[in-house]
Amino acid sequence: MKKNFIPLLFLNVAIIATCGLIYELLAATVSSYVLGDSITQFSLVIGIYLSAMGVGSWLSGFLEDNLAKRFIEIELAVAIAGGFSAPLLFLVFAHLSYFNLIFYPLVFLIGVLVGLEIPLLMRILKNELDFKKLVARVLALDYVGALVASVLFPIFLVPYMGLNRTSLFFGMMNAAVGLWGTWLLEHLIKPKDLTILRIKGFAVVLVLLTGFIKADSLTALAEDALYADNIIFAKSSPYQRIVITKGKAGYALYLNGNLQFHSFDEYRYHEALVHPAFAAHNGNPQRILILGGGDGLALREVLKYPVKSVILVDLDPVMTHLATHFPALKMLNENSMSDSRVQVINQDAFVWLSETEEEPFDIAIVDFPDPNNFALGKLYTTRFYKLLKSKLKPDATAIIQCTSPLISRKSFWCIVKTLQSSGFFVEPFNVTVPSFGVWGYALVKSEPFEIPTKLKAPTALRFLNEETLKTMFQFSNDTSEPEEEIEINRLNNQILVRYYEDEWQRFEHQ
Amino acid sequence: MWTRREILKAFLGLPFLMACDNRSKIENIAGEIVGADVLNGHKILSNPLFEVSNNNRERKTVVIVGGGVSGLSAAWKLKRDGFNDFILLELEPKIGGTSQSGENELTGYPWGAHYLPVPFKENSLLITLLDEMNLIEGRTDEGEVIIKEEFLCRQPEERVFYKGRWYEGLYLHVGENDQDKIDLENFQKEIDFWIDWRDSSAKRAFTLPVANCSEDAFVNELDKISFEDWLRQKGFSSERLFWYCDYACRDDYGLKLHETSAWAGLFYFCSRVRKSGEESQPFITFPEGNGRFVKHFYSKVKENVKLKSLVCEIIPKEDSIEVVYLDISDKKYRLVEAQKVIFSAPIFTAKHIIRDFKENMPSYLKEFEHNAWFVANLFLKDRPKPRFNRDFPLSWDNVIYESPSLGYVCATHQSGIDYGATVFTYYYPMCAEKDGRAKLFSLSWKELTDIILTDLWRAHRDIYSLVERIDIMRWGHAMISPRVGFVRSEALKKAKKPYRGIHFANTDLSGVALFEEAFYHGTRAAEEIWSDLRR
Repeated sequence: MKKNFIPLLFLNVAIIATCGLIYELLAATVSSYVLGDSITQFSLVIGIYLSAMGVGSWLSGFLEDNLAKRFIEIELAVAIAGGFSAPLLFLVFAHLSYFNLIFYPLVFLIGVLVGLEIPLLMRILKNELDFKKLVARVLALDYVGALVASVLFPIFLVPYMGLNRTSLFFGMMNAAVGLWGTWLLEHLIKPKDLTILRIKGFAVVLVLLTGFIKADSLTALAEDALYADNIIFAKSSPYQRIVITKGKAGYALYLNGNLQFHSFDEYRYHEALVHPAFAAHNGNPQRILILGGGDGLALREVLKYPVKSVILVDLDPVMTHLATHFPALKMLNENSMSDSRVQVINQDAFVWLSETEEEPFDIAIVDFPDPNNFALGKLYTTRFYKLLKSKLKPDATAIIQCTSPLISRKSFWCIVKTLQSSGFFVEPFNVTVPSFGVWGYALVKSEPFEIPTKLKAPTALRFLNEETLKTMFQFSNDTSEPEEEIEINRLNNQILVRYYEDEWQRFEHQ
Repeated sequence: MWTRREILKAFLGLPFLMACDNRSKIENIAGEIVGADVLNGHKILSNPLFEVSNNNRERKTVVIVGGGVSGLSAAWKLKRDGFNDFILLELEPKIGGTSQSGENELTGYPWGAHYLPVPFKENSLLITLLDEMNLIEGRTDEGEVIIKEEFLCRQPEERVFYKGRWYEGLYLHVGENDQDKIDLENFQKEIDFWIDWRDSSAKRAFTLPVANCSEDAFVNELDKISFEDWLRQKGFSSERLFWYCDYACRDDYGLKLHETSAWAGLFYFCSRVRKSGEESQPFITFPEGNGRFVKHFYSKVKENVKLKSLVCEIIPKEDSIEVVYLDISDKKYRLVEAQKVIFSAPIFTAKHIIRDFKENMPSYLKEFEHNAWFVANLFLKDRPKPRFNRDFPLSWDNVIYESPSLGYVCATHQSGIDYGATVFTYYYPMCAEKDGRAKLFSLSWKELTDIILTDLWRAHRDIYSLVERIDIMRWGHAMISPRVGFVRSEALKKAKKPYRGIHFANTDLSGVALFEEAFYHGTRAAEEIWSDLRR
């Protein structure tokens, strides 16, 4: 018998141990990204995983013969289950309701398989070394592997490889250990099994490698490079590409690659989008209309007031479904989408406004993505604003998000002028939202009005106070209305899309 | 019978022979050939005798023959002036002629004409119509009408597909060389010259309706040469300018550049621009195209309209005119005794219908030539995916540079429906070959569908998986052809003259097929008749 295979087997122990801990960390990270509440998720995953390893160790007692063959088979099984764990979880996540049903059994399965590894390996080695040395070395290496994994994971793997690639990579490591084992343990395996095992081993490596390469184009991996943080959700709806990322500072939502909010400062944006409309309303607003805003964050602010009903019209059912069911978003919007006063309608707001027979509203919040294409540009035209006006009560107020008056100054003032030309009285204002920059809005009414000085929110706000409310209607020299002539945005010129493209092009790398 | 290869080569040109064979993918697409009652329409050619029983006779002061835009305009005008004793007879089960439209649960869609440039203030009767339809928002200081935004063609209006990509606009700017730029600039100068040109009585060279155009010999000279020859005489050589002008001719007249009168070519570019340097008048359009006008007319005159009525013979008598028609619903011949007839069917049909013309055909009728078209409505479950991020997006009018078709119009564009299912209306004028009409009618639905999808496949690789249904309308006599010499011909002048109480009213009489012209002739005939009757 060759003695020199023993040090190599110990190396395998270290690799197996690293892989095992990586899978555990991956599962905990994915679930805390996806479901929020990382303490619970880490705690649950560690508990389930360790207990599953215990079950695996116990089950190893039932395996009698062909231990080397069994060991290699288990390695390959771990490779598949662990290697595909992260991609599988992200895929499953697209169908939210099944996530838990898949997630915990998967963690348990990986745990059981990993739990089988070390006991089996120790029994294979027991004839080569005395028991004292065996236990000492195997366990020492097991713990060293864990250390390597826990250090590598946050410092190198998550930031540089991303969750999917880490998962697939360590799957390949496991498979490599299995395949390598067919040579190291050759003398312990029946020759007829040997060939089959090697074929299986190569197949598993190949499948994982394919996954590794394919995933680059199929899943969100290609997008990883575009975003600073980890992608925890990515899905193409018929209307747009929705990506949610999670980083140190929190969650961010991107539509077609454009940042919609970042959780660390979105309250600034949404408080400014909602509260001035209530402040400028002289009565008791009951019926609220939100156009766009499928993330439910503007809705969260609206529901701070004792309103009777809210209609939220957002194009994309995938987006509103996410806002209703995706834990991280639910947490951010304080479950506002499930409020009984809220009715969600998934339709293009332009088409909805032209067809709806709803009674007029007291307040409208208009929160569309920036006008970077013609389909969005139509939502900023005189036609659209006239339709909106016809659906507002005479004393109603509305706020329209108007893009950045700093980066796209002409676009901002074009929207303001278009609103004026549609018969609105307009008070433009701006606030600083660090993840966006200086951001602009328009407060409008169908009748002349004073800039509001008093907030009416029932509770204190995180950002807005009455001093800020006064100053945000001031424009600095680089954001005020420019001298040059600005056209009004109409359906038949869509001039805003052209302004916006020109202005934002200055900031693109292409 | 032809092979597929021959059909595609004839209809789409050589490059399409390279297209991959997608015939099997048509199997899952539904659809049919719809519209124009060819069989009944051609019945009058073979049946010389019509027996009308006594209880199938009635009297009406006026009979209008034909329910296209000209006939409907005449009816609308009569009704508006308080005259009600008339009947309008239309062969088809559907009103509207080449302006008819269809509708599904998503949108209306055109079967032919699909826009109207905003008229100048001088065209006051047409503006009255627009006003009545509640399309007008106000007037400018100069008195020009301002049309409500939702009825003006929404941007993006046009795009052109060239070598794998879509570009904004109809004129292809990408890759143009210095000569192209110079030619385009000089072409614009020529157009500007004609826009600003006035004759001794201050008449424009080109305006709408054609009746108001100057008849100065200097302008009329243009009708004597083809648009292509005119371009060459002016020293133009840019390929893309020639394409652009050729497209304009095919689009507006169903003719190729070398067949079109230079007068008609320049008319297209000049008649809708107020003065040089200004934009062309914007387009009024609706999802169902000019079907919206048809609907409006019909809502006003419905009780006077009789559909499925094939006028077989018009017999001018001493003190009346007898109009014999076949009621297609009960296969009975009926007769109306009238004082006046407005003949608003295509003018060439007069030789088969008016008794005196049957016996002794006026030679000028031979000069009225029509071209054939087919129009297809494609029902898509979703819109084609852009092949490049920066591709110019789906527009109202979508043109394929290297195709003999005119491309397609997106019916949902004007409604602001920018996602999901839609309807494309695809236009194909049969001007590539001489016997276009015969060729068109020799092809089956499947063969025409093959042509359409092979054409569109070049720009939209996913078209086969998106199209659920294709309905095809064949227009045997779609538009009058303003060939060289026709617009200013004696034939046209003669055809406009009333004949024994029959007043002719069809866009044919202008030499160009346009809504404005049909409307002009319809309302003109109504006015003539009304003033005769009051006398």
